[in-house]
Amino acid sequence: MVLILFFVSWQVATAFLSIPSWLIPSPVEIVKEGIHSWNAFSGHLTSTILLSVCGFIIGSMIGLATALILHLLPKVKQALYPLLILSQNIPIIVLAPLLVVWFGFGLLPKVIVITLVCFFPVSVSAMDGFRQTNEEYIHYMKMAGATKMQLFRKVEWPHALPSVFSGLKISSTYSVMGAVISEWLGAQKGIGVYMTLASSSFRTDRVFVAIFMIMILSLLFFCIIVLLERTVVKWNRKEWK
Amino acid sequence: MTSLSINNLSKSFDGEMILDHLSFSVDEGEFVTILGPSGSGKSTLFHLIGGLFAPDKGEIKLNGLSITGKQGSIAYMPQSPSLLPWRTVIENVLLGQELSGKTDRKKAMRMIERTGLEGYEQAYPSQLSGGMKQRAAFIRALVSPQSFLCLDEPFSALDEFTRLDMQKWLLSIWEEDRSSVLFVTHNIDEALFLSDRIIVLSNKPARVQREFTVPFPRPRQQDILLSEEFLSWKKEIFEELSYFA
Repeated sequence: MVLILFFVSWQVATAFLSIPSWLIPSPVEIVKEGIHSWNAFSGHLTSTILLSVCGFIIGSMIGLATALILHLLPKVKQALYPLLILSQNIPIIVLAPLLVVWFGFGLLPKVIVITLVCFFPVSVSAMDGFRQTNEEYIHYMKMAGATKMQLFRKVEWPHALPSVFSGLKISSTYSVMGAVISEWLGAQKGIGVYMTLASSSFRTDRVFVAIFMIMILSLLFFCIIVLLERTVVKWNRKEWK
Repeated sequence: MTSLSINNLSKSFDGEMILDHLSFSVDEGEFVTILGPSGSGKSTLFHLIGGLFAPDKGEIKLNGLSITGKQGSIAYMPQSPSLLPWRTVIENVLLGQELSGKTDRKKAMRMIERTGLEGYEQAYPSQLSGGMKQRAAFIRALVSPQSFLCLDEPFSALDEFTRLDMQKWLLSIWEEDRSSVLFVTHNIDEALFLSDRIIVLSNKPARVQREFTVPFPRPRQQDILLSEEFLSWKKEIFEELSYFA
C-alpha cells in the first residue's frame, strides 16, 4: 500500500514538475525500458544470480565453519575474534580492485568479495546463538551425563538455529550487493556491468531498472531463506512471527 | 537394587565451607528427602552427586561402587523442567536414553500413558502448563537408564494447588515402582507427605543436623496432611529448622 502510494506520487511528481527523464525517469518509463531491454538484460541477470548464489553459499559455509571452530575452541576464539571484526573494517571498494590485481578478472576475486561480505553476519549470529544457550538446558544435560559433543549436537546447535537463520537473512541480501560491486570492477556480464554502462551513457532509466532488479533479487533471496527457516525451525512458531 | 551412600563429603568454594563432612545413605526403594533452608548447599550436594565437580574430601557410592566425580550415574529432575523447546514431549522424554545410546520408545510411551500425558506426545513444551512440563521432566528421569532418581526441588515453582496435585501424582507413580529417590526441598509439608526419611541439613556449612523417620503408612492418603500427628511432626521439624534462623 505504502509502496503503491510512493510510486504514484513519484509518477505524478515527474510529470508535473517536468523533470527530464535523464535526471529521474518516471516509474512507467522504467518499467517500459525494463520490458523493452529484457532480452539484453536477462543475460546479465542470470550471471549476477549465479554469482551471488555461489558467493552466498560459500560465504555462509565459511561463516558457519568459523563459528563452529571458534565456539568449540574458546582459546582460538579469544585470539581470532578481533581479527574477524577487523576483516569487516576493510573497505570492500578499495579491496576489490586489489583482488583483481592479485587474482585476475576471473570468478575467484568476485567470490572472495561476496564471501567477505557474507560470512560475517552468519558467523557472528551463529556464535551468539551457541553462546546464549540457556544455562538450564546445559545444566540438565551435564547432570544427565552428556558429553561435550552431545551437548553441542542436541542443545547448542538446535538452540542456535534461529539466530543462524537471522544471519543467513542478512547475508542473503548482502550477497546481491557484493555481487554487483564485484562486477563493477571488471566482468563481461552482470547487473554491475549493465549499471556501469548505463550510467556512463546517461541512461538513467536503465540504471533504475538495474536498481529495481537488485532490490527484487535481494527480496527474493530473503524470502527463500524465510521459507527455509519455516521448514527447519518448526517449534514454537508463535515466537518467530 | 539401588542404593546411594555419601561418606564424609566436604566441599568449599572460594574458601567458604559449603558441605562439612556430610554422611548419609539412601537404601534400596527408599524415598529420602533433604530438607534445609535455601542456600544451605543442597544444590552443591546434587552437583557433586551428578559429578559436575569433585568433592574436596569424601566419597559417593552407588551400589557400593564409587561414582565420585563421575557424570551420568543418576537420573535427574531439575528445579525448572528444562525441556528442550524444539523437541516434542516424547522426544524430550527419550533424551535421557539417547545420551547413553539406546532408546526404548515403547517404554516411554507406556510411561506417558500411565502418567496422564497421553495425547500430548507430539506437543511442544511451550504448549504445556507448568504442571504438565514437570510431569514430562519426571517421566524423562524415570525412563532414563539410570535407576537412582535425584529430584531437585521439582515443585518449588508451582502454585500451591498444582503442587499438591503433583505430589499426589508423584506418590501414585512412585508407590508402584519404588525406585530409590533422593528428593530436595525447603517445604516441610512436602517432605513429610512424600518421604520415608527426612534429613535436616544445618545452614552453612551443611552438616546432617537431624534425621527423622516418617511413620505414616503407604500408600499415603491426602487426609494425613491435616491429622494431629502430621502437625506435631511438622512442629518438631520446624523447631529444628528455626534453630538456625
